[in-house]
Amino acid sequence: MKNFKFFLYCGIHHNVPKEGSAFYSKTEENGNTVISLSGNISLFTIEEILLSLREILKEEQPKKITIDLSKVEYLDTSGALLLVRVEEEAKHSGFTLEYINMDQKIKAMMGLIDRDVLMTPQTATEKRGPGFIERVGEETVSLIKNIREVVSFGGELIYETLYSFFHIKKIRWGDVILYMKKVGVDGLPIIGLISFLLGLILAFMSSLQLKQFGANIYVPSLLSIAMVRELGPIMTAILVTGRSGSAFAAEIGTMKVNEEIDALITMGFNPVRFLAIPKVFATVIVMPFLTLFSDISAFLGGMLIGVAILDLTIYTYIQQTIKAIDVFNILISLFKSMVLAILIAGIGCQRGFTVTGGAQGVGNATTSAVVAGLFLIIIVDSIFAIVLNYI
Amino acid sequence: MARVIIEVVGLTAGFGDDIILRDLNFKVYEGEIFVIVGGSGCGKSTLLKHLIGLHEVKSGRILLFGKDITTAREEELMRLKQEMGVLFQTSALFGSMTLYENIALPLQEFTTLSQDTIDMLVKIKLAMVGLEGYENHFPNELSGGMKKRAGIARAMALDPSILFLDEPSAGLDPVTSAELDGLIKKINRGTGTTMVIVTHELESIFSISDRIIMLDKSKKGIIAEGRPKELKMYSPDPKVLNFFNRGAISEASRKGYKG
Repeated sequence: MKNFKFFLYCGIHHNVPKEGSAFYSKTEENGNTVISLSGNISLFTIEEILLSLREILKEEQPKKITIDLSKVEYLDTSGALLLVRVEEEAKHSGFTLEYINMDQKIKAMMGLIDRDVLMTPQTATEKRGPGFIERVGEETVSLIKNIREVVSFGGELIYETLYSFFHIKKIRWGDVILYMKKVGVDGLPIIGLISFLLGLILAFMSSLQLKQFGANIYVPSLLSIAMVRELGPIMTAILVTGRSGSAFAAEIGTMKVNEEIDALITMGFNPVRFLAIPKVFATVIVMPFLTLFSDISAFLGGMLIGVAILDLTIYTYIQQTIKAIDVFNILISLFKSMVLAILIAGIGCQRGFTVTGGAQGVGNATTSAVVAGLFLIIIVDSIFAIVLNYI
Repeated sequence: MARVIIEVVGLTAGFGDDIILRDLNFKVYEGEIFVIVGGSGCGKSTLLKHLIGLHEVKSGRILLFGKDITTAREEELMRLKQEMGVLFQTSALFGSMTLYENIALPLQEFTTLSQDTIDMLVKIKLAMVGLEGYENHFPNELSGGMKKRAGIARAMALDPSILFLDEPSAGLDPVTSAELDGLIKKINRGTGTTMVIVTHELESIFSISDRIIMLDKSKKGIIAEGRPKELKMYSPDPKVLNFFNRGAISEASRKGYKG
C-alpha cells in the first residue's frame, strides 16, 4: 500500500474565511486513488485544486477516484462548481469518481448548481455589430424620423401659438414671467461678461491692425457693426441655448420620465400648450433685450480699449459708434434674435418631449437640444445674411 | 344590472410590431372596483394606458360611457378625460408645484369656481386622503405612501366618474399598502366612483376587488374573469390557481371544482 501525503497551499492566509487555504492529501489503494480535501474550497483556491487534480489524473490514470470531503471547512458556489466539474470530467474520461462524507451543507450547495446550464454553450454576450450599409441605413432612417418629429412639433407649436394669441387669457402668464426671469434676468451676468470681454478683445485685436494705418478712429465702427449685425444676436443665442435650451429639454424630459406628461394628458391638458408655450413666449420676449444688453456690454468693452489704449475720447467713441449703425440694423438684429429665440426654446422643448427611458434619455435630450440649437442658429444666421444682402 | 361604464371590444394592443394583448373583450360596471391582475410583463399597465387614451390601439374599440375613445374628436376626448382620474405608478405629481397647486391646477383650469371654493375643495381632498395641512409641501418632501395618497387626491380633484390606479401599492410596506387599500375602498363606497386598478398584490386583490380579469403573457389575453375568491377556489385553469395560491396549486380545491 502506497501512502502519499502532500499539502497544497493556495491563496493567502487571511481572516476572511473565503481566502483561507485548501489542502489535500492523497492515498492509493489497489489502483484506487483516495483524495481528501480539507480547508476552504472557494473562489480563491479552486483553480489550484483543479490543476493539481488534473495532474494526478494525467500522471497516474487511476480507474477510480474517491474524494473525501469530511474535512472541508468552507465551500462556496465556486467550490460546488469545482466538484461538479470534476464529476463531469470523470464521466468523459471514463474513470469512476465518488464523493464521500458529503455533509448537508455541501449537498445543498451542490443542489444550487444547474448542470444543464453548464452543458449548454455560452450564449453570445457580444452582439455582432451591424454592417456598414446597415448602419448607414439605420442612421438615415433615424435622421428622417428626427426631421419628421421636429417638423411635426413645429407645426403643433405654430398652431398652439396662434391658439394662444386668440385665447390670451389662457396663457400661463405666471410661468411666462418665471421663465422670463430664468432666461433673461438670470442670464444677464454671463451674457454681460462674455460680451464685454468680446468687445474688449475685438477692439484690441482690430486696433493692432488699424494702428498701422493710423486708422484707430475706425475701431468703434468696426466693433459696433460686427456686434449689432452678427455677434450680438449670435453670442446671445449661443449662451441662451447653453443655459436655457438645455434646461427646457432637461425639465420636460424629466417630467416625461416621471409620467408627469402622461398625467397632464389624462387630466385633459395639452402638454405643448401647457409646457412649451410659456417657455417659448418668455424666450421670445427676453431675447431682444438680452441682445441689446450684449451689444451695449461689447460697446463698453470696446470703449475701455478705445479710451485707455487708442487715445480716443468717450465722446468721439460714442459719436463714431452712432455714425456706424442705423436703426434698421438694430431692428433687424432684434428681429433675428426673436427668430433665434423661437428656435432655441422650440428645439429645447421638442427634445424634452422625445425623451424615452430614464436618466440617460434626459442626458441625451439635453445634449441634443444644445447641438441642434447651435446648428439651427448658424443655419438661420446664414439665411439672414444672404437675404439681407439683397435688401 | 348596473350601467356599463367601460366596454372593451376586440382590443389589440402593442408597440411597433410587438403585439402585447390580442382581442380583449370585457366590461366594467358603474360603482365597482375592477382589478386587472397578472404576472409581471403580461401587459396590465399597457392595457391601462390604452384605457386612459395614452396609447393608440392597434385594432378594436374602447367605449367610455358608450363613446369610442379611439375615434372620438379631440374636444369630446378632452371632456371624457375630465371624467377620469388617474393615479400613476410613480404618482406623477408635478415636482415643481406644491400639493395645493397640484390639486388646484385642474380646478383652476377646467372650472369657473372662485378661489375661495377652490381653496376649500383642495383642503377637503387632502383631508380625504389624510394629508390635511400638507398644502404647502412639495412632492419630494413626502414619503412614498404620502405621494400615492396625494396622487389620489389630485386624481379626485374634478370628482371623476372613473378612477384608474396603476399599481397603487407598488413599493409600499404592508401596513401602508393596507391603509391605501382601505382608502381606495372608502372612496369607492363613499363616492360611488368606479375604479379600475392594476395590481399583482394578492392581499390588495382579495381585500378590495369586486371583480377581476387576469391577463396572461403567453396567451396575450384574458385567462380568467370573475370574483377573486371564487377563482382562487374553483378556476379550472392551473395558471389562475397558481397565481392566487402563490404558486402552490391547491390540489384540494381543484378536486373540489371537479367534484
